[in-house]
Amino acid sequence: MALSLLLLCLLALSALAYVLARGKAFKSAGGDIRLLHSLPGYYGWNGALTVALPSLVVLVLWLGIQPAVIDNSVASMISDHAAGESNVGLVMSDVRRIADGLDLAVESGAMTEDYAGSIHADLTDVRGRLGSLGVALGSEVTQEKMRAAQAYRSMTATGNWMRTGVVLLLAFVGLAISYRRADKDFRARNFVEQVVKGILISAALIAILTTVGIVFSLIFNTVEFFKLYPATDFFFGTTWTPSFGGGSDLGILPLMWATLYISFIALAVAVPVGLFAAIYLSEYAGSTVRSVAKPLLEVLAGIPTIVYGLFALLTVGPLLVEAFGEGGILGLGWMKGGTAVMTAGLVMGIMLIPFVSSLSDDIINAVPQAMRDGSLGLGATHSETVKQVILPAALPGIVGAILLAASRAIGETMIVVLGAGAAARLSLNPFDAMTTVTAKIVSQLTGDADFASPEALVAFALGMTLFVITLGLNIFALYIVRKYREQYD
Amino acid sequence: MTDTSLAPASSTPGSRSRSLLELDPHTKKRNAAEARFRVYGIVAIGIGLFFLVALLYSILSNGLTAFYQTSVTLEVPLVQTEIDAAEKSVVKTSKYRDMIAAVLVQKMEQAGVATSMKSKELLQILSAGAPGTLRDHVLSHPEQIGTTATFDFLASSRVDGYLKGRVTRAALAEDKNLSAAHLDIIDQLVEKGIVEKGFNWNFIFGSDASDSRPEQAGIGVSMIGSLFMMLVVLVLSLPIGVAASIYLEEFAPKNRWTDLIEVNISNLAAVPSIVFGILGLSAFIQFAHLPQSAPLVGGLVLTLMTLPTIIISTRASLKSVPPSIRDAALGIGASKMQSVFHHVLPLAMPGILTGTIIGLAQALGETAPLLLIGMVGFIASEFPDGVFDGFLAPNSAMPAQIYEWAKRADPAFYERAWGGIIILLVFLMIMNIVAIILRRRFERRW
Amino acid sequence: MSSFSGLARATDPIDQNKATAMENVKIAAEKVQVFYGETHAIKDVSIDIRARTVTAFIGPSGCGKSTFLRCLNRMNDTIDICRVEGRIAIDNEDIYDPKVDPVQLRAKVGMVFQKPNPFPKSIYDNIAYGPRIHGLVRRKSELDDIVASSLQKAGLWEEVKDRLDSPGTGLSGGQQQRLCIARAIAVSPEVILMDEPCSALDPIATAKVEELIDELRENYTIVIVTHSMQQAARVSQRTAFFHLGNLVEVGDTQDIFTNPVDKRTQDYITGRFG
Repeated sequence: MALSLLLLCLLALSALAYVLARGKAFKSAGGDIRLLHSLPGYYGWNGALTVALPSLVVLVLWLGIQPAVIDNSVASMISDHAAGESNVGLVMSDVRRIADGLDLAVESGAMTEDYAGSIHADLTDVRGRLGSLGVALGSEVTQEKMRAAQAYRSMTATGNWMRTGVVLLLAFVGLAISYRRADKDFRARNFVEQVVKGILISAALIAILTTVGIVFSLIFNTVEFFKLYPATDFFFGTTWTPSFGGGSDLGILPLMWATLYISFIALAVAVPVGLFAAIYLSEYAGSTVRSVAKPLLEVLAGIPTIVYGLFALLTVGPLLVEAFGEGGILGLGWMKGGTAVMTAGLVMGIMLIPFVSSLSDDIINAVPQAMRDGSLGLGATHSETVKQVILPAALPGIVGAILLAASRAIGETMIVVLGAGAAARLSLNPFDAMTTVTAKIVSQLTGDADFASPEALVAFALGMTLFVITLGLNIFALYIVRKYREQYD
Repeated sequence: MTDTSLAPASSTPGSRSRSLLELDPHTKKRNAAEARFRVYGIVAIGIGLFFLVALLYSILSNGLTAFYQTSVTLEVPLVQTEIDAAEKSVVKTSKYRDMIAAVLVQKMEQAGVATSMKSKELLQILSAGAPGTLRDHVLSHPEQIGTTATFDFLASSRVDGYLKGRVTRAALAEDKNLSAAHLDIIDQLVEKGIVEKGFNWNFIFGSDASDSRPEQAGIGVSMIGSLFMMLVVLVLSLPIGVAASIYLEEFAPKNRWTDLIEVNISNLAAVPSIVFGILGLSAFIQFAHLPQSAPLVGGLVLTLMTLPTIIISTRASLKSVPPSIRDAALGIGASKMQSVFHHVLPLAMPGILTGTIIGLAQALGETAPLLLIGMVGFIASEFPDGVFDGFLAPNSAMPAQIYEWAKRADPAFYERAWGGIIILLVFLMIMNIVAIILRRRFERRW
Repeated sequence: MSSFSGLARATDPIDQNKATAMENVKIAAEKVQVFYGETHAIKDVSIDIRARTVTAFIGPSGCGKSTFLRCLNRMNDTIDICRVEGRIAIDNEDIYDPKVDPVQLRAKVGMVFQKPNPFPKSIYDNIAYGPRIHGLVRRKSELDDIVASSLQKAGLWEEVKDRLDSPGTGLSGGQQQRLCIARAIAVSPEVILMDEPCSALDPIATAKVEELIDELRENYTIVIVTHSMQQAARVSQRTAFFHLGNLVEVGDTQDIFTNPVDKRTQDYITGRFG
């Protein structure tokens, strides 16, 4: 039975359970709603949930597990000889494609089910026949692959039948149980609420699952990478010259250097501007200035990073070249092309201004008014109050905000991809083009490399490094900010 | 009374007593420092606003031209025999090209524009896609064969750039396709009204075009891609986010587990988006074998990215509902669950929706994860057929399309990229305005 | 005019004449009006505050006594919507004169707030803050002296002399309030304004602060806003009763409490409202 049909069946059964359970409970109370423990709707929901939940859970698990099980047992059919020419994964994807092709052929009536099951690759031009149906097969279809594909199909078919059977059985059992339980004394509301609570909890767990997913996807591939490329060379190598032909140097240091350099420039722009803007807005500005300037600054935060990337590539870069490039206005000749550490850093700084200013604004506002009064009451000027009382009091929070901004800068991708350049370089000149960790993650994974080469896998190691650094910064920063908030709560 | 005691009180060192009306030099210095400090603040805000203006100026000045496109108006007689001959030939569009060339030469003669150029050379002023346009029209309107149809063929991107001031005559010296002689012709054709600029609907609703035809490129297809992605994000992140927030805010006991979840969520909100891209690549594509470049996968990745934002804002709006409301419901015998779903949640809804819209706006502009799941690097030229295809067929998305254009070699695509940004920002602006209106309209102060 | 004003003007004959005429008035307020936006918070208040006396402002909450107090060192300037009219003179100088710098004024008129508000710095730095910003000292030893003497005057020296480097926020509530008083004294003001200084303290700490106020009276003009009539009776020599933004009655504390002229004052001190 097709999946959609099965789902429809479940829906219908749930609806049926709702009606039946509600009706029976109502009847058991002699039609008097006051005698019921819960509102009639709860009995209905109790029925519907008892039918739908277990069967859906089993269905989802089944969908996840069945392909893996079948893959495994089919893969064991493939001899080492066949796998020897490439790897098992590639053979398996061929097998799957043949199986899909046969499915399509049967569906469109080009083959009968029996024929598809018994077709012999050595005797028939399977590739040609499937090709005429629009299924392109990469390599020649050997009899071994054909047998595997046929086994794959038959196992899938059996699995699907069993799946339908089990799921429907569960649904009917659920129906029976809920019908039997639907009685005026049954605490339907409590039951339904427990189930709802379970759903809420699983939603909250998705956050955890995401983190686990991130960690696993990074670790798994990073370990693969370190099997192919020594970790010490990766962490301490000073050259980055990937070549997909092999023999690459994949040292992270030049990338790390550019990342930190750009982040430093970005913070050098964003922190003073953002901090002074926040101080002015929260301590000096009248309500009209505040109500205009604050949202305007925050517009900068709402602009997607791709826009900043383009701004860096097409506006800021050329402008900087005009000033600092060869034959530029300043006649310095420091800059060779528009993409440079300075370009990316400057634009990233602009992006971070509202981030720093709104975080600092919150933090400065959290300093109690009593502190200001105390200082002003002693005859301090406003700026003395800010510099000597408010900022020291807010310092931990502001440090936290700056760390969060730094973590943003380190993880920022689009601006550096477009604005920083593509060559990895260890240089002190901020007008040189360099490339960063994030930019290389993008370039190593958007190429057509297969996931088995160190040149592609290195992206996961880079990602892992990035994740660990930003996570450390975030946890530390959030801890500081939280501690700071508690101080004044 | 001690009032009579007149002993001097100023015994502490450094005490100065003088008239308040005179400013002592130290105070003057301090006031100057105060004024300087204030100026720093104003300068900082000035810098911030200057950058905003510079950014908007460069977007608008570079992007607005994308909404206008130069076209050449030609009347092409659709002759049955010519069309039959064209359809029989191997390279079908070449015959159509000849038809257009003939019309163009004729039209120029009529208009009195003299040239020594060969027709093939002359055709460089038209888009390379012009023959295709003609052929598509003929095939879809066979009833018009035998008549003369009027076409607005797109001019080539160089011509378009010349009329928009992007391409100068000096720059053309290097160009092998177009020469200054072409531009003389263009100038005369513009005078005769044969070459005109018109509003570029194709840019908004059309599909991307290949590297050599920037004049045909449009953002419509990737807009659809973004739309399907946003559907996925909305349908998944709103219910999951709200459910998770309700649990954490209303039901969760205070223990290590819930602490862990909370720390987790605030950290996820700060994880670089590229890391979510890596997650999407390995979880959805490498592991779950979902199709590459599909809006469904993009939507899933963006959902995971948006969830923390939505959870944080939803919890804030749940928190802002005063406890007295919960107590009132519990006090008349409602269960905890009922008090939450009947009272707290509806009251928090405007805040939740506002947060969701802002989260969606963020997701709409996000680019980095889309690069990793393969939504760039190809030409998104076909509209999906049907809803199913919309989710699963390879497509681009607005920000990915902008990135794609920014990476292409022909500078004519830069104009498209800026124009795409204008469209993207318009969407973001609308979403934010809706969020602000929602907040203003329904915000309750307790 | 008292000799607080020092030598600079002792030679000024006009000033001296005025001083004798005004007897011993430190602060003179005439027809003071205060507006918060549209709200008329203080209506037509005129009062003379005598030097080296403790003057208590009493009245029900919201009567404007704190607002008026904050006018005396222009702390209301920090509130955007607040507007003050009328004349307030200290030593016969209008403190709302455009030439007056509120910073200098506040050095002369110190203030202690309702809730103890030590800065999140060490005890030493809390006290040293005022002298430092006003540039009162040239050497570290001078600063040490000021810190020590201020703490001594505030009766806190014995309790904290061994831990001057520990944070001021670590002290108990009563100690914190005395620290704030010491902090105010350190800039050697002539007037100290106290806005309900004991409302956040327990009875024992309150008693200590009241004792301190009584000692400070020798050298400073003190204005204290208080909720508690008992406290007013205990610490003050003069009492002013505010009601709904009006100054209802002002006189010697004893007279006010035993023999009030106005019906409203009588009602308030007998506990009919408030």
